[in-house]
Amino acid sequence: MNEANVGTTDQLIVNMGPQHPSTHGVLRVALTLDGERVVSADPDIGYLHSSMEKIAERLDYRQYISYTDRFDYLGAMCNEWVFVRAVERLAGIEVTPRCEHIRLLMAELNRLASHLLYFGAMGIDTGATTVFLYCFRERELILDLFEWVSGQRLLYNFLRVGGLRNDLPDGWVEQCHAAMDALASRVDEYDTLLSENRIFIARTRGIGAITAEEALAYGFSGPCLRGCGVPYDLRRVDGYSLYPELDFEVCVEEGGDCLSRHMVRSRELRESIKIVRQVLARLPEGEVNVPVPRRLKVEPGEVYERIESPRGELGCYLVSDGSDKPWRMHWRAPSFYNLAPLDRLCRGHWMADMVAVIASTDIVLGDVDR
Amino acid sequence: MSIHTIGVIIKDWLIGLLAGWGVPVELSRLLIEVLTWAVGAALCIIAIMLAALVFIYLERKVSGYIQSRLGPTRCGPVGILQSFVDVIKLLLKEDIVPAEADRVLHTIGPILFLAVSALAYVVVPWDEGGTVAGKVDAGVGVLFMAAVGSMGLIGIVVGGWGSNNKWSLLGAIRGAAQMVSYEIPMLLALMCVVLQAETLSLAGIVEDQKGSIIAWNFLRPWMWLPVVLFLISGVAEINRTPFDIPEAESELVSGFHTEYTGMKFALFFLAEYGNLLLVALIFSVLFLGGWLSPFGYPDPLRLPGIIWLLAKSLLIVLIVMWVRWTLPRLRVDQLMGLAWKLMIPAGFVALGVMCAVIMLGWA
Amino acid sequence: MALEYGPVAVLLTFGVALGVAAMVTAWLLRPSDPYAAKQAVYECGMEPIGPAWSQFYARYYLIALVFVVFDVEAIFLFPWAAVFKQLSAATAMGAVPLVEVAVFIVILLIGLAYAWRKGDLEWTR
Repeated sequence: MNEANVGTTDQLIVNMGPQHPSTHGVLRVALTLDGERVVSADPDIGYLHSSMEKIAERLDYRQYISYTDRFDYLGAMCNEWVFVRAVERLAGIEVTPRCEHIRLLMAELNRLASHLLYFGAMGIDTGATTVFLYCFRERELILDLFEWVSGQRLLYNFLRVGGLRNDLPDGWVEQCHAAMDALASRVDEYDTLLSENRIFIARTRGIGAITAEEALAYGFSGPCLRGCGVPYDLRRVDGYSLYPELDFEVCVEEGGDCLSRHMVRSRELRESIKIVRQVLARLPEGEVNVPVPRRLKVEPGEVYERIESPRGELGCYLVSDGSDKPWRMHWRAPSFYNLAPLDRLCRGHWMADMVAVIASTDIVLGDVDR
Repeated sequence: MSIHTIGVIIKDWLIGLLAGWGVPVELSRLLIEVLTWAVGAALCIIAIMLAALVFIYLERKVSGYIQSRLGPTRCGPVGILQSFVDVIKLLLKEDIVPAEADRVLHTIGPILFLAVSALAYVVVPWDEGGTVAGKVDAGVGVLFMAAVGSMGLIGIVVGGWGSNNKWSLLGAIRGAAQMVSYEIPMLLALMCVVLQAETLSLAGIVEDQKGSIIAWNFLRPWMWLPVVLFLISGVAEINRTPFDIPEAESELVSGFHTEYTGMKFALFFLAEYGNLLLVALIFSVLFLGGWLSPFGYPDPLRLPGIIWLLAKSLLIVLIVMWVRWTLPRLRVDQLMGLAWKLMIPAGFVALGVMCAVIMLGWA
Repeated sequence: MALEYGPVAVLLTFGVALGVAAMVTAWLLRPSDPYAAKQAVYECGMEPIGPAWSQFYARYYLIALVFVVFDVEAIFLFPWAAVFKQLSAATAMGAVPLVEVAVFIVILLIGLAYAWRKGDLEWTR
């Protein structure tokens, strides 16, 4: 009976985005629908393109730091960190231990803030509005910390080549401890409210599933890849910065579906809290800056530096011709690669699953388009 | 003193007055009958409008407290005038109709939705003898309510189709499927109550529960399944989370009312909150003893029955709001599966249990 | 008889009147400044690709068919439900009223099971 209907009805082509409540910014997906089934989902990007990489060629290394904040605006500290790491490696600058600790601390706090926002967005996209506001309430604690230390809540411009804009203010560490305590008790609440909800599980289990091989072929990284059962976390794989000395677990879930990706982030929240507490406990005293010339010129050469951003492998490729500006720079933006298999993830699912899939890849359009 | 007695007194006085002016008694009776209908109907309309104003404010406050926010605070003390201000805003908003839309359908959609949602109010027993169309209720009250209740989807489909917008169309199709499907478990739950009360009249169902709280239907164990079925299908019939798939703002932008602005949008909203009140009222009538006082009949506190009815309905409304602000949304196929594969079989089980209870003579 | 439904007619009139009155009031008060971009169909800020009025696959027509069966069934059952207690109390009748209705319902349930088996209760597309 159903077979007889095939071919007698038209497929509907719908623009989902750029102005849509749950495409997380200005993603446009050209959706072909048969009834409510997704026949194909064609992501159309570029609405937030801002020439990030070309701009770098006109600015010196110090000036560009404030630009790095602006593409993946939910992980600004990580963007700054990978950029200054790249420049420091080119220039052969070694930062002080306190500076390294604070940078790592900022990156982990940023991961918490980003994952909290993901949690809320996932909730609101599946229809649970309350968890969104709860997550924002807790994210506020972290943004307050950022505001206190850098004067900014979203785009921090806090890291410098060879150091930081400033040291931590007095009382900041205690405040950070308090925020972690508050957060730790509430993460369980989110899981009760959202992750363990039967409707939520029904909406996400088996949806947008992808195998580990395919995920690797598409260039997945971060929580999306770890949701496919691949224990690939640059913090362990590369062991950059102080991560080898810290005790944390690489969260891996089998399944590769929306729920696995969700659970990876949910567990990473707890791991990040653990990391922040460890770093706070061993934070050394001392200077945060090493002397760097005002006009920093680096030797000709190229460098690729990568770190684990909240969204995955964030890479910064720099080519220097010996002047005070990069000759060429390129961002390896994790969202771009995580968005790539959207059609593969959504095909055959329901229109409503699109929303869950987009939310679970946790893309930031600024990061995709750069 | 119940509404009914007041009505009778006023009627008698009016007949006397008209007789004094030389109007034949037969004619004046008819005139007064029509006048009563008009007053009753006007009161129902006012009830819907008030329900919308109060519930929108309440919803915003309740959701605010659930989400650790404050909700509206600026207009009037604790934001109490917020709804009125919203009405003024919506009145002054430009009415935007897409150039390619069907203007006629686009306009009659919300009117139809509202008018139909008001209809079911005629059989609500507000108080002892206080039903607007008492005779309709005495004959086919439950059936009338059920029949009229599902007609609202015509408004949704007309509006959604008339918009010539794909999101609206998807929303309208979903709405139609959903409201049709959840009609059946609702009818089955209603049937259990009818079996218990031996009447199709809503007023009669309340009469059947006469007594204190222990005589009410919701405390009878064989009514627990119908209570759950009715509450779930009631929430589904009025398209609220977790069953708000016709609107589903994160998927369909705004569903069937995507292309509506200003007053037309307000009418949809008004009707939705009118429906919310209706479901709460009917639930109270069926399972919570309607206008009866929990302390027994006659009410030892001597409060008008309508107060009790509204208090019970408010409780139900608050529960429905609580659910809305807690749960995620179901997907369209899960929603249909729930109705056809779980709720309808469960409805027949409830019906069977009810029959058995009657055969055993427990009821 | 027809007079009994008077209040229904009056309320329907009032309901429509409320809608019309609200729209007329708004029409008198509101600004009106339509232009092409404003009157475009909303499709997330893009020009719509094709009209919405297409031969769209509407799953609910099958569901509507099953629904009609059950709705009609409900119409038949309600009068029975209203008198069932009385009938079953009359000892002469015994289980007859129950069995009769059970036969009716079972036939319908077989229909439901058939539709279920055929997959017509699935929202396939």
